[in-house]
Amino acid sequence: MTPPPDHAAVPSASDAAPVAVATAPAGPPPSDTEHRRREAQRAAGREGARRTVAQIGFYTFVSLVLAFFSLPLLWLAVAPFDANPGLSASLPEFTLQNFQVLWDNPYAMRSLGNSVILAGGTGLLVVTFAALAAYALSRVRLPGRDMLLYVLLLLSSIVTGTAAMVPLFNLATELRLIDSQLGVILVLSGGLLPSAIFILKDFMDGTPRSYEESARVFGASPFQIMRDIVVPVVRPGLATIGVWSVAQVWGNFLIPFLLLRSPDQYPAAVVMYTFYTEGGQANLALISTFSLLYSVPVILMFLFVSSRYGFRFHGGIKR
Amino acid sequence: MAAITMDRLTKVYPGGVRALDEIDLTVEDGEFFALLGPSGCGKTTLLRTIAGLEESSGGSLRIGDVDVTRTPPGSRDVAMVFQDYALFPHMTVAENVAYPLRIKKVARGKRTEKAAATAGELGLADYLERRPGQLSGGQQQRVALARAMACHPRVFLFDEPLSNLDARMRLEARTFLKRLQRELGVTTVFVTHDQAEALALADRIAVMESGRIRQLGTPSEVFRRPANTFVASFIGSTPMNLLDGVVRSRGIEVGGELLPTPPEPAGRLVDGEKVVYGIRPEYLVHSPTAVPGSLTGEVRVVENLGHAQLVTLEGPAGFVQLVVDEDTPVALGDRGFAVPRQDRALVYRDGELVTAGADPTGLTAGARATGAT
Repeated sequence: MTPPPDHAAVPSASDAAPVAVATAPAGPPPSDTEHRRREAQRAAGREGARRTVAQIGFYTFVSLVLAFFSLPLLWLAVAPFDANPGLSASLPEFTLQNFQVLWDNPYAMRSLGNSVILAGGTGLLVVTFAALAAYALSRVRLPGRDMLLYVLLLLSSIVTGTAAMVPLFNLATELRLIDSQLGVILVLSGGLLPSAIFILKDFMDGTPRSYEESARVFGASPFQIMRDIVVPVVRPGLATIGVWSVAQVWGNFLIPFLLLRSPDQYPAAVVMYTFYTEGGQANLALISTFSLLYSVPVILMFLFVSSRYGFRFHGGIKR
Repeated sequence: MAAITMDRLTKVYPGGVRALDEIDLTVEDGEFFALLGPSGCGKTTLLRTIAGLEESSGGSLRIGDVDVTRTPPGSRDVAMVFQDYALFPHMTVAENVAYPLRIKKVARGKRTEKAAATAGELGLADYLERRPGQLSGGQQQRVALARAMACHPRVFLFDEPLSNLDARMRLEARTFLKRLQRELGVTTVFVTHDQAEALALADRIAVMESGRIRQLGTPSEVFRRPANTFVASFIGSTPMNLLDGVVRSRGIEVGGELLPTPPEPAGRLVDGEKVVYGIRPEYLVHSPTAVPGSLTGEVRVVENLGHAQLVTLEGPAGFVQLVVDEDTPVALGDRGFAVPRQDRALVYRDGELVTAGADPTGLTAGARATGAT
């Protein structure tokens, strides 16, 4: 093995090289330069060793972090196929029995359908109204517009939060929206809209007005401008909001639990809470299996949206 | 095709800014017309008011025989090309060009054919399926032009048509635009802050300042006889020398030198009166030796213009710039003399041109008639 080649010593050369360069034009004695060169090589060797150790340390750390996050995922991948799953990830006693049990459960599969209805309904409502509101807020000068947005944003975290549980329940009772999926959709939409408007307004602000003015001069109506120009241009923003609200609703436990009474209306997040064994213990087999099914649609949605819409923007404005 | 007639057209923004102050202006049928001025002078507001994107606060606007003062932009039969081109990024070139036809409910087959033909005329046949983001600046501009042409409007409006192109493309596009406008013969109004662009392209120019037209005329009128010191200092790639002087019986005294009075204002000046003596750097002849009736100074700056040199002299009259032939050796610190061409020298009194003829601004009715032909 030869000593580390010159290019490997580049980082260490920072302390050795400038001296050599500075003395070279003055014509230093040859023995001195030779000495310096050897010194530089030794320094490079020490540096190389130190770097190897640092790299080993770094990768060990990364592996630990990775293991910490991947173990639960591993459990999710393995436990559903295990006849007797525990709380640790282990080699399964392979079976598909868990899926059979889940399939026969009267509420499990239906709850996934309910989740789709709630998430889809809310997503549609949020995207539609957020787009209209954000467009208006972006294009029309309102006194105190930014203040309004911030107040809405602040309040929204209360609307769907734990603090408003009782008034929400009362309101839903008065409006006869208890035990109705529409009620859940409306409450969730109300909670998500302010943040959605806030995010979408940024997208709308980033769309040059000249697009719309250009269409106006050609005689396009406001509706045509919205349909032909604004919506396609802010499509990445709409997709973002859609995915985000669906994911929010999909994972929401509190609101449907609060507003729905009959178990056949429950979405998946609530049904999971009901999987107990006769002994009152959490039924890990069912919970793990159901969790796997529960996460698949969201993953599929992300894959679909990023392949179909892709978060890209073609520039038509010369900057 | 149609003329555009503005009568006391006014635009006051909420907050009281008068962007347009009673503009009276007629753009003739088929004319290539430039609105020129520094930023904030109201030229873009005027263009947008013609397009209908801004609503005027007073006065009237006619396109052809129709009063369009309160007509929405889509019904004015105008097409506008924006400074940033405003091509729709999610549509292909063909879809972009066909969009105005789509709004006018032309059948799909026909509008595709029409768009392809229009784009073909502008040399875009190979790019029909591309998106605007995949085109160069010059190509994007031609797509924007094709889109404007596709619906055969009566008036074209261009907002700073060349400002987004690099210097070389700009020259090409300038020639191209001028030829295109000639061929189509459509009344065209364009806005620019670049005097060279206005001089090169336009049949007539309106020079604007703070919501008013300061001079209206052909490029040569505006260049040769700026009606006031504002236009004089704005027009010309090298600004005109405007030197303070005093009228004497045998000439005009500028920086202690007696310059002969130019023929035109002679007889209209009063002895002892303070005036401004205006002469373009191109119309000053350099001399290394003293000449009577010349401006003098020490050479401070020499700028190479390629075919000539722009020399700045500092002397008793202040800074004087002159254009010197590329072969004439001029060294820093030399003493130089600049002899004005008498037929090109102008005299301004209170900022306005002293003249023998009619109103030099071209804004009165008589001047407009002569300027238009």
